[in-house]
Amino acid sequence: MKMKQKPPLTDAQRTYQKFAAKDEPQSPVLLNCLKAFLIGGSICAFGQLVQDFFVYNFDFNEQTASNPTIAVLIFIAVLLTGFGVYDKIAQFAGAGTAVPVTGFANAMSSSAIEHRTEGLVQGVGTNMFKLAGPVIVFGTTAAFVVALIKTLWGYWGG
Amino acid sequence: MMMYLWAFIVGGIICVAGQLLMDKAKLTPGHTTTILVITGAVLDGLGWYEPLIDFAGAGATVPITSFGNSLVHGAMAEAEQHGIIGVVTGIFEVTSAGISAAIIFSFFAALCFRPKG
Repeated sequence: MKMKQKPPLTDAQRTYQKFAAKDEPQSPVLLNCLKAFLIGGSICAFGQLVQDFFVYNFDFNEQTASNPTIAVLIFIAVLLTGFGVYDKIAQFAGAGTAVPVTGFANAMSSSAIEHRTEGLVQGVGTNMFKLAGPVIVFGTTAAFVVALIKTLWGYWGG
Repeated sequence: MMMYLWAFIVGGIICVAGQLLMDKAKLTPGHTTTILVITGAVLDGLGWYEPLIDFAGAGATVPITSFGNSLVHGAMAEAEQHGIIGVVTGIFEVTSAGISAAIIFSFFAALCFRPKG
């Protein structure tokens, strides 16, 4: 999962890569996309169901209901990860389970569970954001830049 | 009922975009989700994400793109009240539920479950 800085390839390595590429199984892009569409769409439709539940049964409106909805989806995803079910679905669905917020929860809980044996602080605490960290780091930084530009735009013109 | 259909279709399309990034551009899931989050933030900056939420409901709020959107939203809401400092203080305002839920549940999951496989 980590991207390492690769040293430049030698000629022999390049020849090997071309040779190996011939025998690589072609990943069926169209089929993968169909699976991602069906599973990802189902997760979102289920999210809509949860959201409507909050709108009708509690004092939430369409806007505010998305927060508890996401919390519920995260809870379910963490539970499924714990039972080892989520990874099985993820193998089938690819981006269909990685892109919804459930994939974020899966990344966090699976690293937390995996490193439990190394202790609570050094294991769980240190490694929980190992996979999910980039999303928060880049999301926050991008949001900061966007919001800053928008705010300054509001002050000086626009 | 139409809302469920649109949530399914729009959510599905965002996932297909992610799948294409993974298959065609050969990105890791980490890179894919990062790109989608940044896309969500930029789209909200342009003011295009909110109409999508009105149209598709959970189809736009459940994919990780909405995380970027919510971060910008929280920052903007605070910035309107408190000026430029609000950009920093408000950035996690809306996403607090998602992040804290993920941390808390993951921690308890680590206590309750053993690694599989």
